[in-house]
Amino acid sequence: MAESFDLDRPWQLHPQVSVRPERFGALLYHFGTRRLSFLKSPALLTVIRELGDAPSAREACLRAGLAPAELPAYAAALQTLASSQMIRPREPA
Amino acid sequence: MTQRGSTPALVEQFQYGLDAPICLTWELTYACNLACVHCLSSSGRRDPRELSTAECRAVIDELQRMQVFYVNIGGGEPTVRPDFWDLVDYATAHRVGVKFSTNGVKITPERAESLAASDYVDVQISLDGATAVVNDAVRGPGSYATALRAMQNLARAGFRGFKISVVVTRQNADQLDDFKAIAERFGAQLRLTRLRPSGRGADVWDELHPTASQQRQLYDWLVARGEQVLTGDSFFHLAAYGDPLPGLNLCGAGRVVCLIDPVGDVYACPFAIHENFLAGNVRDPGGFAAVWRDSELFAGLRRPQTGGACRSCSAYDSCRGGCMAAKFFTGLPLDGPDPECVKGHGERARAAVAGAPVPRPFGNHSHRSRPVPVSIGRRPAGPGPARHRPDRACDEDPLAGFRP
Repeated sequence: MAESFDLDRPWQLHPQVSVRPERFGALLYHFGTRRLSFLKSPALLTVIRELGDAPSAREACLRAGLAPAELPAYAAALQTLASSQMIRPREPA
Repeated sequence: MTQRGSTPALVEQFQYGLDAPICLTWELTYACNLACVHCLSSSGRRDPRELSTAECRAVIDELQRMQVFYVNIGGGEPTVRPDFWDLVDYATAHRVGVKFSTNGVKITPERAESLAASDYVDVQISLDGATAVVNDAVRGPGSYATALRAMQNLARAGFRGFKISVVVTRQNADQLDDFKAIAERFGAQLRLTRLRPSGRGADVWDELHPTASQQRQLYDWLVARGEQVLTGDSFFHLAAYGDPLPGLNLCGAGRVVCLIDPVGDVYACPFAIHENFLAGNVRDPGGFAAVWRDSELFAGLRRPQTGGACRSCSAYDSCRGGCMAAKFFTGLPLDGPDPECVKGHGERARAAVAGAPVPRPFGNHSHRSRPVPVSIGRRPAGPGPARHRPDRACDEDPLAGFRP
């Protein structure tokens, strides 16, 4: 978990991942790894939805209405999702 | 099933239920070629009211709409349904993943090849002994050989990481390392689950459930292996020993889990096939979604629980009183301790209700022509696992099962 998350590159949801919104945020299921993850805030769900279109994860966070001070916590959450292959780097368009 | 990162706050959220189940078990048929002594659904004969292929497809359509990621299909032996493979294909084509439990009877080399080719299908082979003697005493003659042949076919077809699913009993609790070795031999993953006094399991529970010292040994073994070994969250009552095991560590009945049985009845959990836990039927207007969202039973389960007699226990926040079904079918109150409470409260509670009527599982589909041995302990001594003397003589004793 020491690895830090690169907020400045483009990311995307893994194509084998399904997202189901819930009151607390969302459930994610990866059909390839057969693992389940939780998004523990609705804002993080918005970030995930913005990831695929935004030029960077930082931009996706801002589009989700996050304040700059909130970014470190969200970067940590994204790193967790990256390490379980729920999201993955995307080649810049 | 989950990341270790599930915080208490998230568990609190789950207690109040989700928009759709995370873990849905669907028993497709009560028909089975075996007659396991502990079968949680008392399977054997097909129920003539079984859902048709079209009705099963309609359920899958609904699951897709509800975004149920995958279903755990079981039975009975689901692969004996002639439309089984078609239904699996239908589900995966609709983005509903399938994990199915089988005794292996239909896992031929050809079938193994086609299963290995799909990302959306997982296979779980049931095995209740690391040796044929221990396994076959519970699952029937030849069942060990059938399971191992299926595993070999899957491994040869290149199916990596299929599951070997073991119900932990007094007879196999000392074989955990051997099960792990079998899983490694076939490139599979080991899954251990708890024996419940459900279905025919009610008849053999007293003799087959692990002893207190075996429970402790199991807990230590699971903690040491972390996420290498799956448990389907079934040992959360052991969290009272100390650290929680990986998983949600709560009773998910009606909150994150439920069961659809072969005739479409929806129960709070796979181990609670009884009218008290029947929430509705998928054939009702509104289908499965309406049952999940609107049933009064599920609404009740999603309300905060009182904890009852367990509330004052220091371990309550860890084990949350344990398994509802285990309590119910051993005659214990639902707001008291689990019969296998690690603090020993369950044994004392059972002693207190000894002699009182115990609820019987709902529906018996056992083969008529092949009586199910209700006690493997009473068979003549011979080569095999150490036989434990049945507790019969103590049945009337208020201290039956009590171990200080």
